[in-house]
Amino acid sequence: MNRWMQGLRELKGYPSAVGGLGIILFLVALSVYTVITIPYSEALDRWRGGEHWQMHPVNAGPVWADRLLGGNLPQTRVVESENAEVREAPFEGGKQVRIPLTFEYDNEGFPSELNLFLNQKGTQQEAFVRLTWHTPSGEAIPLGGQRVSEESRISISQNRALEGRLGMVPHVGLFAGDSDPADPEAERGEYRLTIDAMLFDPTAELEADLAVYGRVHGLAGTDYQRRDLMLALMWGTPVALAFGLLAAVGTTITTLVIAATGVWFRGWVDALIQRLTEVNMILPMLPILVMVGTLYSTSIWLMLGVVIALGIFSAGIKTYRAMLLPIREAPYIEAARAYGAGNARIILRYMIPRILPVLIPTFVTLIPTFVFLEASLAVLGLGDPQLPTWGKVLNDAQEQSALYNGFYYWVVAPAVLLMLTGLGFAMFGFALDRVFNPRLRTQ
Amino acid sequence: MNSRLRDFRRLGWFTLRRVLALFVTVLIGVYLTILIANMGGKVDELRKIQIRATVSESVRADPAFMEMSSEERNELIQKQVQLRIEQRNLDEPFIWRSFDYLAQAIQLDLGRAEEMHSDTGSRAVYDIIVERLPATLLLFGTANLLVFFVSVYAALYLSRRYGSRLDRAVIGLAPSSAAPAWFYGIFLILLFAFVVPVLPAGGMVDIPPPEDPWLYAWSVLEHLVLPVIAMFLSSIFISIYSWRTFFLIHSSEDYVEMARAKGLPSSLIQSRYILRPTLAPIITNFLLMLIGLWSGAIILEQVFNWPGLGTLLFQAIGYRDTPVIIGGVVIFAYLLAVTVFMLDFLYAILDPRVRIEGGDQ
Repeated sequence: MNRWMQGLRELKGYPSAVGGLGIILFLVALSVYTVITIPYSEALDRWRGGEHWQMHPVNAGPVWADRLLGGNLPQTRVVESENAEVREAPFEGGKQVRIPLTFEYDNEGFPSELNLFLNQKGTQQEAFVRLTWHTPSGEAIPLGGQRVSEESRISISQNRALEGRLGMVPHVGLFAGDSDPADPEAERGEYRLTIDAMLFDPTAELEADLAVYGRVHGLAGTDYQRRDLMLALMWGTPVALAFGLLAAVGTTITTLVIAATGVWFRGWVDALIQRLTEVNMILPMLPILVMVGTLYSTSIWLMLGVVIALGIFSAGIKTYRAMLLPIREAPYIEAARAYGAGNARIILRYMIPRILPVLIPTFVTLIPTFVFLEASLAVLGLGDPQLPTWGKVLNDAQEQSALYNGFYYWVVAPAVLLMLTGLGFAMFGFALDRVFNPRLRTQ
Repeated sequence: MNSRLRDFRRLGWFTLRRVLALFVTVLIGVYLTILIANMGGKVDELRKIQIRATVSESVRADPAFMEMSSEERNELIQKQVQLRIEQRNLDEPFIWRSFDYLAQAIQLDLGRAEEMHSDTGSRAVYDIIVERLPATLLLFGTANLLVFFVSVYAALYLSRRYGSRLDRAVIGLAPSSAAPAWFYGIFLILLFAFVVPVLPAGGMVDIPPPEDPWLYAWSVLEHLVLPVIAMFLSSIFISIYSWRTFFLIHSSEDYVEMARAKGLPSSLIQSRYILRPTLAPIITNFLLMLIGLWSGAIILEQVFNWPGLGTLLFQAIGYRDTPVIIGGVVIFAYLLAVTVFMLDFLYAILDPRVRIEGGDQ
């Protein structure tokens, strides 16, 4: 125990160890926070996409990146009829409702999309709505009318007739004011969308939400399915750490036990283990993983199983064997045999603990390899079908040609997190290496 | 003279034994691959379904069979499906076919692809793979040689000046190798193909390929730059770091100190007293690095859209083209086996102990 404490104290002298440990602690804290605030099932459910994200913009960048560069791009805002001054005028067999949805717009650039969500309650009868757009300069643009049933979405951005009339896509044209159509500029001020609805049932209620989608969103931005990338970036942390740690533990411990068994029993056991290691060296790990992923299942747990299974007889056995051979002949082992210790006891209690300190640095530097392996598989499109992970974000980004379209944030954020993980463990591992392997220290 | 003959004989024996052992190893490895590729006959099921679909499609589309009643037609479909299944030996139990596959795979008779074909139109898996091999060799050969020579020379240089600022900077950068090459590749593409578009983002030559051979070579070179830099970045610092440690340990050996004390010039010390005795482990490490990089090929090629073995394997998996998948893995296994063999052989040549003891390990 004393030796470990001393080792830890010594670590303080290495800035890279402190830095690496800091990064690791940060990632662990982030994982714990994520798992507590967003439960597993909820994360999976949300990442599947759909309804939950309908108020999020498509492919919006992070807010901070825009503000840092001195930009002032709009964020998404939802104007709800609950806060509006609704006027109602009853008539026989129904009522007329006027809902003005007002909002202040003082951003640079244009919104990315305009959607109106209408929800009529308390009736089966279809209502008729007519929309008018009022710009700050007092211009009134009719947006046409249509029938709405219970819940409906009016996509103003995709109103082709309106686009034809404005000569620009609606979410630009409606905000452009009098500026030059070739180089439009957003007009600032108070905008109003007036909804004139005819409800054919006196008890009916109409709710309207106008979503003015922004171009920037939150800390991480959103992807092509409107999903907040923050969810994947946060949930990617525990997944990556768990995968890396389990794979590293699984492969190191099995390899170590097998190497020790071979060394202890010698003879045909050792020979068999050696030959198996050689076979394993020839098996190409990644192609096999890719094969398993395509032909069977891409579940992250299956992948973990295959990684560990292929890692059992890894080349590490040769190294461990070399380290264990002299230990086998050590007097204390002989003493253990003399008092009648069994084979398993000698292997597990006397031989393996002797080389553990040497292994810990290797173990720590092994973790990021597996984290990146998981990401690699996901980048190849073989990520877990349900879990949001960093690699899957990268894969989505690549499939949507994020770099080509200029959505750099989509690639950079998961990549930075991956790099951070890699660096954290590698820095810590390298420092541990120097503390626990004194031979390197003198250099 | 006699002793040289003995040496050769021992080297011959050693080589023969290693080749046999490796052959058995490759045999087992390839067989395992076949087993994994067809675990529980799932792929066979997929193939049967596919055959049925294509056959019924072609029968329905053929005007010659239009007149037939639906029963007759179904019978015809059934018959043709049966015929094709027998053609592909799908009706035999898998365990027999697996040995068939193995025998063919070992002879590099990799069969015919089911969906894919080579650029020249050949359906033979062997042709498809051989067509892609040069691309992989070009990319990985260039990058590995570059990393190897640069890191060994840089390490030699640093080991003479250890503790200097440059030395410490390189050690500090070593953890950057935690990220694989494709990861750097993404950033390089981002920087040099999109932010500052000076280099192509992927592929091996321009489309359409230039007619002039010089322009063709130039175009390949341009496409080679980014993936090679990506591989270089991801392994150079760790490589320098480990070589440096290695040389440091060896340059403090007594015989090196002795040579220094004798006043030999440092270049001679370096070549004769440091490099020569450490040549065997240097070669070992180089080949081990090759082994590690072979498997990394798939993703790097995928990211850079490089038309090599890795991309091929990935495409084959997309088509569920079992012969190509197995063929690809077999080729990978062979490449690894050849690498391991070269390792053993060079070791035997470079390390006199192997020769003297007759290769007993």
